[in-house]
Amino acid sequence: MISSSRNPIVRWDYVVDQSDSILAALWQHLELTLLSVLVGLAVSAPLAALALRHRWTTSAITGFTGFLYTLPSVALFALLVPAFGLSRVSTIIPLASYTLLILVTNIIAGFRSVPESVIDAANGMGLTPARRVLSVQLPLAMPSIITGIRIATVSTVGLLTVAAIIGQGGLGRLILDGLRRTFWTPMTVGAVLSILLALALDGLILWLGRAATPWTRKASP
Amino acid sequence: MSARAIRLDELTKTFAPGGDPAVDRLTLDIPGGSIVALIGPSGCGKTTTLRMINRLIEPTSGRIEIGGVDVTHQPVTELRRDIGYVIQQVGLFPHRTVSANIATVPKTLGWSAAQIRDRIAELAALVGLDTDMLDRYPDELSGGQQQRVGVARALASDPPVLLMDEPFGAVDPIVRARLQDELLTLQERLHKTIVLVTHDIDEALKLADRIALLNVGGTLEQYATPDELLSAPANAFVETFVGEDRGVKRLQLSLVSQLAFDQGPVVPLETTPERARAVMAQYRSDWLGVLDDGVFVGWVPGEGVRDSVSLSDLPRYPPAGRVTPSSTLRNAMEVIMNSNTSVAVIDDDGAFGGVVTLEAIRGALGLSGVDPRTGASV
Repeated sequence: MISSSRNPIVRWDYVVDQSDSILAALWQHLELTLLSVLVGLAVSAPLAALALRHRWTTSAITGFTGFLYTLPSVALFALLVPAFGLSRVSTIIPLASYTLLILVTNIIAGFRSVPESVIDAANGMGLTPARRVLSVQLPLAMPSIITGIRIATVSTVGLLTVAAIIGQGGLGRLILDGLRRTFWTPMTVGAVLSILLALALDGLILWLGRAATPWTRKASP
Repeated sequence: MSARAIRLDELTKTFAPGGDPAVDRLTLDIPGGSIVALIGPSGCGKTTTLRMINRLIEPTSGRIEIGGVDVTHQPVTELRRDIGYVIQQVGLFPHRTVSANIATVPKTLGWSAAQIRDRIAELAALVGLDTDMLDRYPDELSGGQQQRVGVARALASDPPVLLMDEPFGAVDPIVRARLQDELLTLQERLHKTIVLVTHDIDEALKLADRIALLNVGGTLEQYATPDELLSAPANAFVETFVGEDRGVKRLQLSLVSQLAFDQGPVVPLETTPERARAVMAQYRSDWLGVLDDGVFVGWVPGEGVRDSVSLSDLPRYPPAGRVTPSSTLRNAMEVIMNSNTSVAVIDDDGAFGGVVTLEAIRGALGLSGVDPRTGASV
């Protein structure tokens, strides 16, 4: 299994020839990643809210999301196929599940990092609870939440390649295809693009996060 | 907005059902436009009491009236927008600029952008905040500056009532003294009804018109003016709490202008030596002060006053220091201590305003004693 003149690491003519399907795979990868993280966020937010409001639920919630995280991905993909077929649903459920631990933990940490005195002042000025949460606590929790989203997104990009075994998985299918045929080009293209995608999304979220939290960049006197 | 009195009526807070109350049937009349300090040891419920006024803590029983209106059941958000709230940790919103912090309540109240901008400029001037601070984030300011922003934010919608929970507890003593002075200056202009929690008796004595001294369990030991608290402590607890140096503390509260006029052994330059000696004898003084056209020009030693010499020809010594009618008795005491003549001369806008003696100070503090010069009891 080494490269030769007939089977180099990358055959550019193949890349050009297959550019449509490569881009489609990249697009699917991006789409499934974002969907999984969004579903993960939609589920984590109420879980974190519950844990923050009723402290006694915290250990149950982090215990449950921690349990989900320990499940082997291949097994989870396989288990869902009888119920949902070789579909996006079978792909997104496990990937979203894996994001819960990091997202819930970081949302909780973010909200708990808001100084008590800030909340006290907000209440003392007559802010309604909803306004206090949205305009004071959420922005201040943002840096931690954004860190969570970054980690969740990057790990989802990686895990998604495994979903190729159930016929999904975007760039993972290129990798699987290359491995099956001992044809390095699709494998290399899939691997390199998934790495680049992870780096690009990480940078993008980092940048968006910084733009959304300008006060964190100001140095203390 | 006119000053509003606050009345606490049998106010009680019990945190654990069936447990000991943190505040126990506290009744307190806080006059509109005055500063009242709540003070006492840890666990006396002073902060709990303060936080019940804006109902950050809901009373277990009792009533709170502000400006004659029972606010015990008013919607809290409405109530709190009429009450400025300043806390020790300031609690500025770190994600908002200084301007945006100050604008919080006006924005909630739906003021126009122009109104808010004008108000921010006005408040910045009022609390002594540089305008180039306004676009910064709170973390870029010093502790004293942050506290100024905290006060500006609390005053933003011009609420008639201001609650302050150890507002100057987190800044260093020099900044604290300055912020305290500024608060007094501010109050002269604003006439808010201010309730202040502090654990520092000196701060309470300096700032408050009346002091409520609470004991553990939220019982009121004494509610009185600073001078009353020092001169007539209600019981042993109050006496211990205000400290052994009550007399010295009272000196700080009283002004020279509160003393009765005392001419002292001071005469015009034209006075005859014979008359001058009689004045010195009357005051049992070894020194004679001389006035030139109503202005104090110095002390002459008594043994130099002879029939053959005019007072104006005698060598004169300048006074050790001068006090003004607005000096505290403590300042006067300081001058007396440094003076050979044991007398402080009052300089009333250039003119001689009488003298201050130790006896006069003792008299003002209500300490019994006999004036050694005149023999009269003071």
